[in-house]
Amino acid sequence: MSKIRFATVWLAGCSGCHMSFLDLDEWLIDLAAQVDVVYSPVGCDLKDYPENVDVCLVEGAIANEENLELIYHVRAHTKTLISFGDCAVTANVPAMRNMLGGAEPVLKRAYIELGDETPQLPYEPGIVPELLDQVRPVHELVPVDIFMPGCPPSADRIRATLEPLLRGEMPVMEGREMIKFG
Amino acid sequence: MAKTVVIDPVTRIEGHAKISIFLDDAGEVNDARFHVVEYRGFEKFCEGRPFTEMAGITARICGICPVSHLLAAAKTGDKILAVQVPIAGEKLRRLMNLGQIVQSHALSFFHLSSPDFLLGWDSDPAKRNVFGLIAADPDLARAGIRLRQFGQTVIEKLGARKIHAAWTVPGGVRSPLSVEGRDWIRDRLPESIATTQTALAIFKDILDRFHTEIEQFGEFPSLFMSLVAANGDWEHYGGAIRFKDSAGNIIADGLSEDDYQDYLGEAVESWSYLKFPYYKPLGYPDGIYRVGPLARVNNCDRFGTPLADAELAEFRQRGGAIATSSFLYHHARLLEILACLERIERFMDDPDLLSDRVRAKAEINSLVGVGVSEAPRGTLFHHYNVDANGILEKVNLIIATGQNNLAMNKTVTQIAQHYIHNNDISEGFLNRVEAGIRCFDPCLSCSTHAAGQMPLHVELLRPDGSLVREVYRD
Ligand code: SF4
Repeated sequence: MSKIRFATVWLAGCSGCHMSFLDLDEWLIDLAAQVDVVYSPVGCDLKDYPENVDVCLVEGAIANEENLELIYHVRAHTKTLISFGDCAVTANVPAMRNMLGGAEPVLKRAYIELGDETPQLPYEPGIVPELLDQVRPVHELVPVDIFMPGCPPSADRIRATLEPLLRGEMPVMEGREMIKFG
Repeated sequence: MAKTVVIDPVTRIEGHAKISIFLDDAGEVNDARFHVVEYRGFEKFCEGRPFTEMAGITARICGICPVSHLLAAAKTGDKILAVQVPIAGEKLRRLMNLGQIVQSHALSFFHLSSPDFLLGWDSDPAKRNVFGLIAADPDLARAGIRLRQFGQTVIEKLGARKIHAAWTVPGGVRSPLSVEGRDWIRDRLPESIATTQTALAIFKDILDRFHTEIEQFGEFPSLFMSLVAANGDWEHYGGAIRFKDSAGNIIADGLSEDDYQDYLGEAVESWSYLKFPYYKPLGYPDGIYRVGPLARVNNCDRFGTPLADAELAEFRQRGGAIATSSFLYHHARLLEILACLERIERFMDDPDLLSDRVRAKAEINSLVGVGVSEAPRGTLFHHYNVDANGILEKVNLIIATGQNNLAMNKTVTQIAQHYIHNNDISEGFLNRVEAGIRCFDPCLSCSTHAAGQMPLHVELLRPDGSLVREVYRD
């Protein structure tokens, strides 16, 4: 059997979900024997998201133009897309700025009010992505196959989700152990 | 023709970044820039929330060093309550921070950076990662994974979870360590120390061969800033701010976090969401300073524990009293792991860790607070202004990684200029440029959430709440 092509992606999050993935600790060694990691900010130097990815963990909400572009691309090339953690599932903490009605108030605070030298809003098309006015969860933009809540999901929950997938089965996301938020 | 090469995304770091390298007509490097391309806006959307929520919210700034934010938020809260944290509470907070420094540094060394030195700068990019390390040297990879696990488990034994533990509170912590937790930690210490010593031996061997890396990966003079204990010992929680220059002169010492706006300023550039802090007396950009492991190791007189001090003596013998190459961040990180493990060991017989007197309770007694802690990546400041009900009016956060921004830009430029000639942008060269960033182990989720000098609004109130004087600064 050919190895499962596995990827992880982070959008607007804190990387805590990725850290919880690394908390799989020695099970990572077993995982490495069963998957090819084809894209991952922490675990792979390849710069382009490839075609034909079997399983992808998506951490974070959609908060800027690049997140948006990447999630469409990931969806188009991934068989099983997992909304990984509360930011991906609900937009969570990054969406706290939605209440302020747009990106401008948060940008002004940091770069104008709090800038001692040359205060200005960062702007460099193609390099510094513009913020979207509203931060949104992944499934509002593309279909999601599995929702794995948690802030972050514990390593046990991540393992219980991945193990069936490695056997070619869908995990059962039910009960407190699997779908509790926070 | 002149052109720009963009590395996108920079990998094996925490967070979203790109690097631009500007080549001239002859294919030589004019300049290079490190761009941070994410921003979430914590300092704005926290306004209007109770300050007691700040630990829980700001922990979500960063999943690698949530403990730093938990501590800085709690220490800021201590000031707002105007209480003294019970001795047991302080020791427990220290223990958690030591666990965090171990786990974060182990992650940086084993999971993120070691594939460069152990598998090679020019090795296959598809395998140059922690999974490649698992395949190439499973024993070392397993040891590194277990070292990080040790640090994470220290955090879990105290706060009931590894990431975002809601355990520190203004006035102290929620609960002491259990006997079971202490025994688990004690049992795993010898293995953790042995792994760190192995890593040190491997790294020192590398250093003997990596002269070019030491000379080209961010080797330049700058200031160094960190907390230092009153007796000159290495410090991660208390103490006061010290600045040293590259010649080893102490140019400022005993500075309080309360006055950070006097010595730290921030500049904004259009091409990055990461601001550029500088040492105010020298202005921008001359006030370039570095924070984090290298700064702490350079700034302290000693670690205060035997194994780490022996390593420190060797470190200084190799590189001089002040290490100015950013490549040596890796070495400093390993020294710090060892020092943290020794300090944890020293704690193991301390009955205070099991004490119930861990939290002081009080009302709001001050409308402003500044808290500081040494995050794995450097000095972290939280600054809150609250109203009489404890509702946040202004929030400012100065994050460790941001303070290395000037240095990180200088580092990528130096590496690019050394390796890239005649338009030869082979993958291995670009990886070295990225590795320059990995030296700093940046935490970009953290770094763009705030910073800078906040507009100040201070009210001096009479005991009955009426206004005596009000001060504004924009
Ligand atoms: S869900 Fe929580 S842990 Fe995961 S990225 Fe979001 S804030 Fe971080």
